[in-house]
Amino acid sequence: MALDSSKTTGFKYVGTRPDRPDGLDKVTGRAKFGADAYAPGMLHAAIKRSPHAHARIVKIDTSKAEAMEGVKAVVTRADFATGIEGEFGNILENVMAGEKALYDGHAVAAVAATSALIARDAVKAIEVEYEILPHVTDVDAAMQAGAPVIREGAADSSVPEGLHPNIVRYYESGHGDVEAGFAEADLVIEDHFLTEATHQGYIEPHACLGTLGTDGKGELWCCTQGHWYVQKVCAALLDVETSQLRVTASEIGGGFGGKTTVFIEPVALALSRKANRPVKLVMTRAEVFKASGPTSSTSMDVRIGMKKDGTITAAQGTFRLQGGAFPGAPCEMTAMCAFAPYDLKHVHQVGYDVMTNRPKQAAYRAPGSPMAAFAVESVIDELCNKLGLDPIDTRLKNASREGTRASFGPKWPRIGLVETLEAAKAHPHYSAPLKPGQGRGISCGFWFNHGGETAVSLALSEDGSAQVAVGTPDIGGSRASMALMAAEVLGIPYEDIRVTIADTATLGYNEISHGSRVTYASGLATIKAAEDAVQKLCARAAAKWGIPEDAVYWEDGYAKPSGPNAGEFEPLHIGDITATMGATGGPICGHFEATPEGAGVSFATHIVDAEVDPETGKTSVVRYTVVQDAGKAVHPTYVEGQFQGGAAQGIGWALNEEYIYGEDGRLQNAGFLDYRIPVASDLPMIDTVIVEVPNPGHPFGVRGVGETSICPPLAAIANAVSAAAGVRMRQLPMRPSRILEALESAVDG
Amino acid sequence: MKYYKPATFEEAVALAAGADGVTRILAGGTDVLVQLRSDIVTPDTLIDIKAIPGTHDITRTGAGGWRLGVAVTGAEMSEHAELVRDWPGVVEAMDLIGSTQVQGRATPVGNLCNASPAADSVPAMIAAGAVATVTGPDGSREVAVEEIPVSPGKTSLAKGEMITALTLPPRGENGGDAYLRFIPRTEMDIAVVGCGVNLRVKGDVITEAHMVLGAVAPTAVVVHAAADALVGRTLDDDALQALADLAEASCNPIDDKRGTIKFRTHTAGVLARRAAQIAYTRAKGDQA
Repeated sequence: MALDSSKTTGFKYVGTRPDRPDGLDKVTGRAKFGADAYAPGMLHAAIKRSPHAHARIVKIDTSKAEAMEGVKAVVTRADFATGIEGEFGNILENVMAGEKALYDGHAVAAVAATSALIARDAVKAIEVEYEILPHVTDVDAAMQAGAPVIREGAADSSVPEGLHPNIVRYYESGHGDVEAGFAEADLVIEDHFLTEATHQGYIEPHACLGTLGTDGKGELWCCTQGHWYVQKVCAALLDVETSQLRVTASEIGGGFGGKTTVFIEPVALALSRKANRPVKLVMTRAEVFKASGPTSSTSMDVRIGMKKDGTITAAQGTFRLQGGAFPGAPCEMTAMCAFAPYDLKHVHQVGYDVMTNRPKQAAYRAPGSPMAAFAVESVIDELCNKLGLDPIDTRLKNASREGTRASFGPKWPRIGLVETLEAAKAHPHYSAPLKPGQGRGISCGFWFNHGGETAVSLALSEDGSAQVAVGTPDIGGSRASMALMAAEVLGIPYEDIRVTIADTATLGYNEISHGSRVTYASGLATIKAAEDAVQKLCARAAAKWGIPEDAVYWEDGYAKPSGPNAGEFEPLHIGDITATMGATGGPICGHFEATPEGAGVSFATHIVDAEVDPETGKTSVVRYTVVQDAGKAVHPTYVEGQFQGGAAQGIGWALNEEYIYGEDGRLQNAGFLDYRIPVASDLPMIDTVIVEVPNPGHPFGVRGVGETSICPPLAAIANAVSAAAGVRMRQLPMRPSRILEALESAVDG
Repeated sequence: MKYYKPATFEEAVALAAGADGVTRILAGGTDVLVQLRSDIVTPDTLIDIKAIPGTHDITRTGAGGWRLGVAVTGAEMSEHAELVRDWPGVVEAMDLIGSTQVQGRATPVGNLCNASPAADSVPAMIAAGAVATVTGPDGSREVAVEEIPVSPGKTSLAKGEMITALTLPPRGENGGDAYLRFIPRTEMDIAVVGCGVNLRVKGDVITEAHMVLGAVAPTAVVVHAAADALVGRTLDDDALQALADLAEASCNPIDDKRGTIKFRTHTAGVLARRAAQIAYTRAKGDQA
């Protein structure tokens, strides 16, 4: 019988708050990030990018660049594999333009030279002749008849006949009869909402160091959320065998979903293959904004009916997502998350994935969900205001619970939405008095969470310490949580465990660190790998004592005989067993490989107080409380950090962050000066409440926490700002000028 | 690109006068280096004036004003208690620029010569009556700060000329200045609108008034009529409204990614009122 250490209480290590193992490296600058790698003979690369939003590439003349002293290689699309279709085909098209430049910043060529300055100058010497085409950057405009077609034939079979070719995917789901539901309502509100694209805003630009020989063998060091995925994509784009390319993930200075795909790595490898030298490629901040993935912008219509007692009778939403010049905007996610928090008899949701002349959208923390919550939770707030209902009581009345049929189909297992609402209602924040000019907003939010392919290996050392190799880059303190979970099973101190993010040659395939999956899936695999090792330790003890293996059990780091019938033996400490393991059967390791499918969904409720200066329209967020179900908080400090980080990014998205395009289709604010993420002084202390409703799909009850925290903020802040300003804000960002305009039209109207 | 680090202004002026192509003077470099990195400017000649003796000094003039060397940074100004006591508005305006790190490098002379319409220190310096010493091949002249920028990115300095010092006048009795800017965030941003006000009072009555707006026209706007509106009055609601109306009427802004014409014009009036109230409180000797 396999050892089973499942439990939801009585933890010794899980739930404590030790220092993170990578902490000292990070605060002393010793940690190696993407741009910190060097190799003998290394070249520096730079990318030539289109200045046009939409243009046919007539001719690329690289001769002047190639003739420059110090230039060792120039590549264009001709240097990549051909005949690739589907997802990888789109990545290739994004990594290096083919026939057309599809957005301002689209790569068209690249140079490797002996210095970064020479590479920069050589890029300027590349001459590209363009035939400029009409462009479109707005989602609603891109769907209209007559809008410029970004790429013919990009739509999949989900799209109904007769829609514009820029609509590349269509999603629809729901149940009941919404019109009948609306007829039962005492009040029906329908509103139109808009959100602008925002960037993940990670502090570390994309960076890599690649080597690829003419023998098809390569090494790649890069900053990524998933190096097995990078390996697979690069191998395909360069037509080499996957296993011949070893990819190592650097430390990561933030990803938030934006580093789940590939932008520059194949370019560095192509240049390396051509120059026969290692090539380093580091994006500038402007390139990060122009050519790595922001999130989708949206245009949304939401209609909800409510009875006077707060019962929601029906809900309907249409969600149009702009995803840049490629398919992939998460319209299904937006539609599925929209009404997920509520138990609805009649519900219907539709999503459109729409292409424009903008960079390919990439995942950004719960992709698609925050915008849906903004629209839906704003309408619920309006209904509560008009019907004189308490916003938390109303949400409790309609809340999804275990057994409720979800808005997108399945029945909910054990979920923790009600618990977050009750904790929010009980929090002192909810009943604290507001000052004049302030308003309070509430919102719920939902994210699925994910399992995914996972492999973990654990090796014991002679001294009884343990090394754990995981394949999921540590984007949120996961080395600490893995060590805590391994310590719990092995019964040895947290400090005796070293967790390493292994390279692609060391473990089986590991899916990207995305979908809030790491603490869940790599955590589960770490627990199982530790159990595997414990079983082997017990077997060694059993052999030494000459008793059956199942007569030995493991407790607090010791093998013990399981009872009087097993015999009287002194418990054997892990170190006693490992000290002689070479002579008793060889090294002791544990491992686990699976695709766990029990990732528990997570819900959150946020409370926000905002203050609006009615003379300038400037908003200050003065108090913020995050309440979220973590299942089980393995390292509560890092769970709180995830809660706070989601809220902080949500504040930026709600108030001031936006992609600003000119009439010419060019991005006007490709830098942190005019792309306004919040600075520290813009944020209040963000209070957190960890709710723990254990996930039955994880041995310790863990649910992912990284993404749900960004689902409620847009709506919660919009509801707070609308209350403070006395006017409903239906467009993000709620920058000062927009609030003043809304105040003015409210007076005029 | 050639880089020089002269030891005297004579040497610096000779280098600038003799240089071909694009020349940039390097003090803190917080504008020049950023522009260089973003391919906005590629100078043929860089003249670093930080090593010239005296350029880091803040000294009392004989008349009782303040002379600021060209390499004096925002941080050095903020830490100079006497300068802060005399010209809190000028110091605050400079202090609003950039981060703590940038404050350690950025200079008011650089802010002036960059000639951005949104430069924070410039409206405050103009309101204070600051004067620049301009030195060129033909010697030195004193130029009012408001006459240095002529359009976005352009100054009135001739080839070979450079600013070699800034002088703030003596504060005198019963005076107070203030500068406010509007940004959507709390810091690390560029003014959407800026407003500097400098007042003198006798009792509650205003005897001298200067108001200058930033980021609402190609160069800082000196609202000369502010004196007519305020002198001889107390800063009551009518005076504040008159000042706000004047500010709005003086704006000639553009629509851009940082703000609309309408928003800038409206906010200029709001800031005029708020900055005047702070300057008035300071002039009366109260805490602001």
